[in-house]
Amino acid sequence: MSAEQVLTGQHFMNGDHACAEGAIAAGCRFFGGYPITPSTEIAERLARRMPEVDGVYLQMEDELGSMSAILGASAGGVRSMTATSGPGLSLMLENLGLGVMLELPCVVVDVQRGSPSTGLPTMPGQSDVMQVRWGSHGDFQIVAYAPWSPQEMFDLTILAFNVADRIRVPVVLLADEVVGHMVERVVIPAAEQIERWDRKHPKVPPNGPFDPFKVQDDDLVPPMVHAGDGYRIHYTGLTHDEHGYPDMTADTHQALVSRLVKKVHRNASLVMRYEEYYLEDAQIIVISYGCTSRSAHQAVREAREMGVKAGLFRLITLWPFPEKKLSALSADTESFIVAELNLGQMSSEVERIVQRQVIGVHHAGGAMITPERIFTEIMGAA
Amino acid sequence: MRDAIQVESHPLDQIIRADRLPHIWCPGCGIGIVMRVYGQSIIESGIPVDRHVVVSGIGCSGRVAGYMNIDSYHTTHGRAIPFATGLKLANPELMVTVFSGDGDLVAIGGNHLIHAARRNINIKIICVNNFNYGMTGGQAGPTTPQGARAVTAPYGNPELPFNLPYLLAASGANFVSRWSNLHVRQIREDILYTYKKPGFTFIEVLSPCPIGFGKSNRIEDGLEEMEIYRQRCVLTRDGDVRAEDLDIDLREDQPIYVGRFVDRDREAYKAVKR
Repeated sequence: MSAEQVLTGQHFMNGDHACAEGAIAAGCRFFGGYPITPSTEIAERLARRMPEVDGVYLQMEDELGSMSAILGASAGGVRSMTATSGPGLSLMLENLGLGVMLELPCVVVDVQRGSPSTGLPTMPGQSDVMQVRWGSHGDFQIVAYAPWSPQEMFDLTILAFNVADRIRVPVVLLADEVVGHMVERVVIPAAEQIERWDRKHPKVPPNGPFDPFKVQDDDLVPPMVHAGDGYRIHYTGLTHDEHGYPDMTADTHQALVSRLVKKVHRNASLVMRYEEYYLEDAQIIVISYGCTSRSAHQAVREAREMGVKAGLFRLITLWPFPEKKLSALSADTESFIVAELNLGQMSSEVERIVQRQVIGVHHAGGAMITPERIFTEIMGAA
Repeated sequence: MRDAIQVESHPLDQIIRADRLPHIWCPGCGIGIVMRVYGQSIIESGIPVDRHVVVSGIGCSGRVAGYMNIDSYHTTHGRAIPFATGLKLANPELMVTVFSGDGDLVAIGGNHLIHAARRNINIKIICVNNFNYGMTGGQAGPTTPQGARAVTAPYGNPELPFNLPYLLAASGANFVSRWSNLHVRQIREDILYTYKKPGFTFIEVLSPCPIGFGKSNRIEDGLEEMEIYRQRCVLTRDGDVRAEDLDIDLREDQPIYVGRFVDRDREAYKAVKR
């Protein structure tokens, strides 16, 4: 990669721009999107940058088209991405499911704003957590990351592409308006230090017998064939057999859908990211993610200064949820506090895992949850 | 009765997934005829078969992707065109054909249709127009003539239909033609012609759907609809009929104009380079 492709060095950059640079550094060469606040800076940056790296910036007519176009580009062998916010994500969900079913890697960035409906376009929210997890129809397992800084907008965008390619699943970067618009230091490493996990390709040549959706490895991920590779394969959103042909039977459906879910869990070690602060002896654990975890971090530090054994479990991978880690933590913990900029979407998930009521610090969105609010809850639980 | 004729091979063997046959289409359906012409055109195109890709949406015509022995994508309802757009721009070496029906391309996918034509993306559209939603059992759609009956228009369709050549001409397509199922040579010529023509191209093929559209409109077998086309199709030449005058009503004794309506060379979409 040339220096132009990876802007190695230290930058003072907003999160949306950092995400765009992460995409370029990851080798993304197709962006199809539709402008929506607060994600537009990603599109604007890529409209300028893609032509510099021989990539394509394509402004689509809507989000249905955006999602479909990035799947098509992925099928053509190119790393592809779109960026949107809650209302746009709602329009993408059907085709996010197509990406799951066809096992087409791609990255969808959702810079969340106050929702539902048009809500608060210029203000933060974190209320797409369950939309991402369950919004498309049917059973599936999506991968989603929640960055808490512009630096992570860069880093996690690269990880998102790698995970998407390695396990052939759409990956969502579930950012928020605060992280997207916040300007901070972003360190972009040298091109050769940027990790790249490529798609697996078939070991057999074209024109012979080949089952493109047959699993050959323990990771449950079939090798990927691109249009024009010569394998003449069929991809369909219908329930299909290992050859890719429609096979609409209950048995084939069970085998396919359960594999699509299982393959994400089978590769959990590649996917999982979280951070632990003061958890060694914590009696009160705050669980938070994205912009809210910045307030949570501050609140926990202040509580520690007051001698309270508080800790922060910062979720980076939201989906699949790091269940094992949280279960392990729950044995020695007195209280869990879940702080998030919605009315308790992840709180329910945490309650399901720790098997007890958690203290929720919630807000419908529009402004950050302050460190003071979380601090007060910690002190109340102490 | 004579013994069945058995042959070792068929000219389209290399291009059709014979292991997927029999197909799902009803007796009298016209889609198979168009698929056959498409397959023949691929072979005759001179473009290596492995560079041909077909993208379909949902519906009867959308099943074509599943029968073509080339790289083939059966996507979601209405989204074949944007999927094909991403594919084509990812690998411009590919010859990307979208094969789908009127409901898929014009109703649920209508926004993508007009915008892809406006952008003049270099993809080739074959639109089988059977005037209704066949797969789901004969509901009215955006091409159902006003007054025609459908299972969801039991008193006659109150809406005016799209005139597809007019729509595509206005949207900016470089090439627009309309033929019926009878015009297999013309369809083949046009497919081959559009493979050499940069930009967005659109071929509409009027097609019998006796089980869907026909049953509600007293055109109850495919041959009968073919007879309508034989009697009433009028070939236009050199713009002697304006695109806005291309409305169709199978039930009325009026001409059904076929031919090439748009053939121009607006610049095809090119990704910006720096």
